[in-house]
Amino acid sequence: MSLITTLARLEAVRTGRAQPAATVRHRHLSDRPLVFVPLTTAGEAGAPLGALVGTDRDAPRLLVVPQPRDRDLRFAFLSELADVVLPHIEAYADAVETAERTETDPETGKRVKVEVDLCADAAQLIVPSRAGVEFVRLLGRSMRFRRTAEQDPEAPHPAPPRVPLLGRWLTHYGERARVPGSSLLLAMTDLLGRHWATGQSTLEDQHLGALLAWIDPPEGASGAETALRAELARDADGQLLCPPAGPATDPAFDNKLLAPAIERYDRARTALAAAEDGLEADERLAALTAAEREIRALVESRTRPTWDAVWRGLDLLRELPAGAHAEERWTRDRWSFTGHRDRILSGEPPQPRRDDAVTAANKLATREREQARLDAQEALDDPLVMAGRRLAGEAFAGEVVDVTMAYSEGKRPSPRPLVTVRTEDRPHLGDRVRVYRSLDGRPQAAEFAGQETEGVFVLRIVDKMGRGKEPEPGSVPEKGDLVCFTLFEHEQRGGAKLPDPEQTPWTHGGPPGEAAAVPEAADAQTEEDIL
Amino acid sequence: MNKASLATALGSPSAFGQSQFAFMRGNAFEARVKADGGAELLRLVHEKLDRGAEPPERAQVPDLTATGPEGRAARTSLALREATRAPGTWTLLDHPMLALDVAGSPAFLEPDAVVVHPDGSWTVVEIKSFPMLDGSADPAKVGAAARQAAVYVLALEQVAARLDPSPRVRHRILLVCPKDFSNLPTGSAVDVRKQRAVTGRQLARLTRIQEIADALPEGVCFSPDLPADELTAAVEAVPATYAPECLSACELAFHCRARSREAGAVTSLGRPVRAELGGLTTVEDVLAAARGEAGDPADPAVAALRRAAALRAEALATAAATATTSATATATATATATTGSEVAGCR
Repeated sequence: MSLITTLARLEAVRTGRAQPAATVRHRHLSDRPLVFVPLTTAGEAGAPLGALVGTDRDAPRLLVVPQPRDRDLRFAFLSELADVVLPHIEAYADAVETAERTETDPETGKRVKVEVDLCADAAQLIVPSRAGVEFVRLLGRSMRFRRTAEQDPEAPHPAPPRVPLLGRWLTHYGERARVPGSSLLLAMTDLLGRHWATGQSTLEDQHLGALLAWIDPPEGASGAETALRAELARDADGQLLCPPAGPATDPAFDNKLLAPAIERYDRARTALAAAEDGLEADERLAALTAAEREIRALVESRTRPTWDAVWRGLDLLRELPAGAHAEERWTRDRWSFTGHRDRILSGEPPQPRRDDAVTAANKLATREREQARLDAQEALDDPLVMAGRRLAGEAFAGEVVDVTMAYSEGKRPSPRPLVTVRTEDRPHLGDRVRVYRSLDGRPQAAEFAGQETEGVFVLRIVDKMGRGKEPEPGSVPEKGDLVCFTLFEHEQRGGAKLPDPEQTPWTHGGPPGEAAAVPEAADAQTEEDIL
Repeated sequence: MNKASLATALGSPSAFGQSQFAFMRGNAFEARVKADGGAELLRLVHEKLDRGAEPPERAQVPDLTATGPEGRAARTSLALREATRAPGTWTLLDHPMLALDVAGSPAFLEPDAVVVHPDGSWTVVEIKSFPMLDGSADPAKVGAAARQAAVYVLALEQVAARLDPSPRVRHRILLVCPKDFSNLPTGSAVDVRKQRAVTGRQLARLTRIQEIADALPEGVCFSPDLPADELTAAVEAVPATYAPECLSACELAFHCRARSREAGAVTSLGRPVRAELGGLTTVEDVLAAARGEAGDPADPAVAALRRAAALRAEALATAAATATTSATATATATATATTGSEVAGCR
């Protein structure tokens, strides 16, 4: 955290309201995001309890598993979830535009331009918290290796038809969420925390209710007090007034409300199974439906406040103007989305449990490159972020006090004007260090050529001045201009290319070989799934 | 002393609690792992830690019941000694009781299990109900389990030191978790040397309880029955430095946080924040220094703060100016668009 953010936090403590940590919105927000508020059962891996999901803030779809330990009920939940999520994703996957991409021609080895489909937009998924992102990954992992009755008629407990497909999509979203700056799957707490600094620690910022209270407290109330109430206040029954954003539930809720309700449901189910005639069965079915309705009401009461909070967060974020480069990063997300769509269409198997060496190295390289890109683009888009870089000596802003024309030595002298900049910043400039400024959205490079006095630097502009002997108009700063140079590059170059999987050296496990050709087995299932 | 009830009496009840679902699941899983004389558990210990030894076919499971923690601890020491003196057999101690000296007073610990190998060495087994997915589990939870096991290793070493010849306590413990989404147990050896060293050092450095008690004023009492203000004063007599990490570890954290916020301590925003600000420890001090009202400009922390404040103000002003311009531009554009459509309408 930079000192500037720390100051913002302290200012928030003093004023009782969150302070801006960004002046523009650094993430793309879809017009129709799919919001997903899941709940899970404590102590069980991949046993969802329920969820609210949908694109209409006034009409979320409520999905509930009345007995989370029952495999059939869990499958019914996942199947319903697939019915909501997959049509949404597929609608985006079907609308394509043509784009150009450079590819290496396999025969000639040359780089050629090819026309490919690019999805015109991608489906965006929003969850309340970082734990929600992890839960999406976990759901994806639990579903993608399941076998449907069609794929494997022999397997016991076949999964409903579209569940493995949903697992693959959720895995892709979960994986993409680890790429810095990506917006396919976003956690609301991360989004808000990126744009506002509250008067509490980052640990406490993980609570969506408290975070929103700092950013947008009710009229006349202090954010600090509202946040404290959101975090701790309980009603007469000992239940939190603002339930946690999940997927974990409050233990008091589990023990006092949920467990008795599930027990009633179990009893009603046993009673129904033991019914001896139709009349009795009808009566007991009514009791079972009532018990189920009770659990549905409980789950809704814990997810609805979070659902509303996520949408309120979206409203707040939409008030910020979009950062200039956010759209470009979203295009990368669209490529990622299209790539996954193509892999599914071409019948590739689900993502493996463990990545092979080449895939893992590629993923790591992508994350590092995107982190550098994100850092550079956020600074260029947002003066507040740039201020942090200036404070750190990685950028400087100032006024041009002198411009002297000079030329390079050589057969065809090119312009190499010397620009003198006066600044109050303290950049870490060494001899011939390269610095960059944004010229109509493209980076122009200059070299550090010397220091006149304290805070007065001479820079030699080296490119983007056209081909002629005289620089093109507007390409060289003029005396009196305000300029901002950075010591970091604006655009990221890709690293060295990695070998094809078939060329993996033995030090990294060697080529995938025959082992990779066999599709991965489904997870082992134990008879008593219910403990 | 029960810190949870003390926290409730202070008006900042702790939020700890365990869901009965998690509790039931944890118990059921542990019972499954230890079923059948611990056969599955010993198989895992053999496979993951001691492949050279003969497979555990007939293991001893001594009875460790006794009255009171002291009695159980003594019974455990006895069982450990006997097991160590019977080479060539596997012994499983189910829920033994160990005593560890913490700051001058004994604390009783109950590991899930301790296994004595045929060569006489001892291994701590920790059974957890979080899943091991594709061979890896949540690193935060594994770290917590390793720290917990390290304390057991230290306590076992104290027991071992009293035996002659003293047996080896293995520094690789066995963590047993459910595999993937099933309830089949799987194990992983976790090296706890680092956690053991850290915990050992921390225990050695802890202020003796006796010294803390000596420093307290005469007649201080922490009974939850006392009126809240007297109780608060009593708790205040024991110095504590709150940091956000306390929230996940201590029942009194909410109380300390409220006091820390009241005092305007910057540590309540996190330890890194505190580290950045040099000698300035309260919110008001920092803000006054940033505004140039206080502090020594020669102090590097103060100088950096002022620069940061100036840069932040400048950036916010720039952004506000841009927003106004673009708003005007949008307004103009809308106006033009309206005019344009009107023209179009006329035609």
